[in-house]
Amino acid sequence: MATTTTPRPTAGVGLDLPRSAGRVSFAGALRSEFTKIRSVRSTYWTLIAMFIVVVGFGALASFGVASQPHPPTGPGWDPTRQSLAGLYIGQLIIGVLGVLVISSEYGTGMIRTTLTTNPHRGVMIAAKAVAFTVIAFIAALITSFAAFFLGQAIMSSHHISTTLSSPGVLRAVIGGALFLTACGVLAFGLGLLLRHTAAAIGAVVGLLFVVTILVNFLPQGWQNHVNEWVPALAGGMLWQVRAQPPGATPMFGPWPSFAVLCGWAALALVSAVLLFRKRDA
Amino acid sequence: MIEARGLTKRYGDTLAVDDLSFSVAPGKITGFLGPNGAGKTTTMRLILGLDRPTAGQVTINGTAFEQADQPMRLVGALLDAKALHGGRSAYNHLLCLAQSNNLPRRRVDEVLGLVGLTDVASKRSKGFSLGMGQRLGIAAALLGDPQILMFDEPVNGLDPEGILWIRNLMKALAAEGRTVFVSSHLMSEMENTADHLLVIGRGRLIADCTVDEFIRANSRQTVRVRTPQPDLLAKLVAAVGGTVREDGDGAMVVTGLDQAEVGDLAYENAVRLHELAPVHASLEQAFMELTASSVQFHAGVPELPVLAGEVA
Repeated sequence: MATTTTPRPTAGVGLDLPRSAGRVSFAGALRSEFTKIRSVRSTYWTLIAMFIVVVGFGALASFGVASQPHPPTGPGWDPTRQSLAGLYIGQLIIGVLGVLVISSEYGTGMIRTTLTTNPHRGVMIAAKAVAFTVIAFIAALITSFAAFFLGQAIMSSHHISTTLSSPGVLRAVIGGALFLTACGVLAFGLGLLLRHTAAAIGAVVGLLFVVTILVNFLPQGWQNHVNEWVPALAGGMLWQVRAQPPGATPMFGPWPSFAVLCGWAALALVSAVLLFRKRDA
Repeated sequence: MIEARGLTKRYGDTLAVDDLSFSVAPGKITGFLGPNGAGKTTTMRLILGLDRPTAGQVTINGTAFEQADQPMRLVGALLDAKALHGGRSAYNHLLCLAQSNNLPRRRVDEVLGLVGLTDVASKRSKGFSLGMGQRLGIAAALLGDPQILMFDEPVNGLDPEGILWIRNLMKALAAEGRTVFVSSHLMSEMENTADHLLVIGRGRLIADCTVDEFIRANSRQTVRVRTPQPDLLAKLVAAVGGTVREDGDGAMVVTGLDQAEVGDLAYENAVRLHELAPVHASLEQAFMELTASSVQFHAGVPELPVLAGEVA
């Protein structure tokens, strides 16, 4: 029998560890979750896709207005919002990553290995949520600033651009990153709740996209009370500089609106975590 | 020491584990035996806290596994070698597990060397063969130098070399004083490795004993005899309380007497013997007899449907 490829089962050799070594902690769980996120390709693909789509679409939208014979001006014109228009699609891409980070554990069966090595479910899931949120925010911040600067550069030749030092602009650009991150956390919550990639992505698209379209068909009187609670519409208030024009559907201010989006994310995340701690894995 | 008391798990209408009480003693290999669907995997999932019991409880060294401060030092488990993200390299897979328990990074290299996967450490595990995947799972289980090892059907689908490797590994681990709890539906596997047996069928415990006790208690000793005077011997055997049945090719099998008794009986009555051999009941047979009534899905011989047009 060939034994060259088979290692001798010399268990014990090199297995010895001091009794005190190896304790579960939040810091350890966080390192573990960072390793997981950085060691699969889907992370890089989705983040690169988000960057290209958000920056590219923002550039296209900026080029579109810049090439009009009479470029827009006046109080309703919001060049920051124009350069960040790609966030409408970016929210879905970060949503896909938010879902995948947790649903891939269920899809591959990795969750069973994860929980047999760290059975402290609360610690494990908190670490995963934090790791994802940090990575999502950093990537979103880079994306949002890149989209803003490229968009303004395109529009500056027609003197319809703005700068970071103008009132509300810095808040809106950072707000774009916060918006993406919150959408990602909402998707993470839905992924943990549904534990199935396709179902969870469907739910993300439904909640962020379909609902946003459907409310347009409600009677205006209803919209006046509903729109400010719709997650993507509320979240969008943070990355625009102009106020809602008079006569338009009333919305909360930028930060209260963002709080509405965060509320949705928290609702999904908290209910998912409560269920996660009780359910069979 | 793993201890289950009244452990019960119901999935909808299916009672997967039914009032199971047992303990797995430290320092030896305990085989967990049962036909497919008997509840072995469910029991292991309950021990590890993956599933919540419907009733009863199971503890490891007195506490639930979910309360363990040092889970990987306590238990190394391999339930399913495919339970990992195939897109992650073997090294990163082990690294993320080690980090969650604050185990030093060098452990990853050590266990990779131990199972012989050092050369493919940077490869994504989705390209691994069954045997390599199994070794990666074992590497993960060994990361924490655990007191207790749990393997669910570890030799399933492996080639003879892989089976031998795992068998020797389990023996080496037990020889170091570790507790090894291994499930199988293959009796022959248990016969070669286990010191102690827990046998379940349909979620219930049906035996808790050593391998020898199990065979002795659950199978009758039989003796194979070949003689030119079968009728005479059959009468003699029946007269002292034994039973005889034909074994094809002219031999007969005697139950209820041992080898010496059959030989003496023949000698005293001048019956010529051409063959006299004890038949050792295997664990396989003993198991089949014991679990015959508790197999969940009896497979009958399927009858081929006859199409009307084909009837001659």
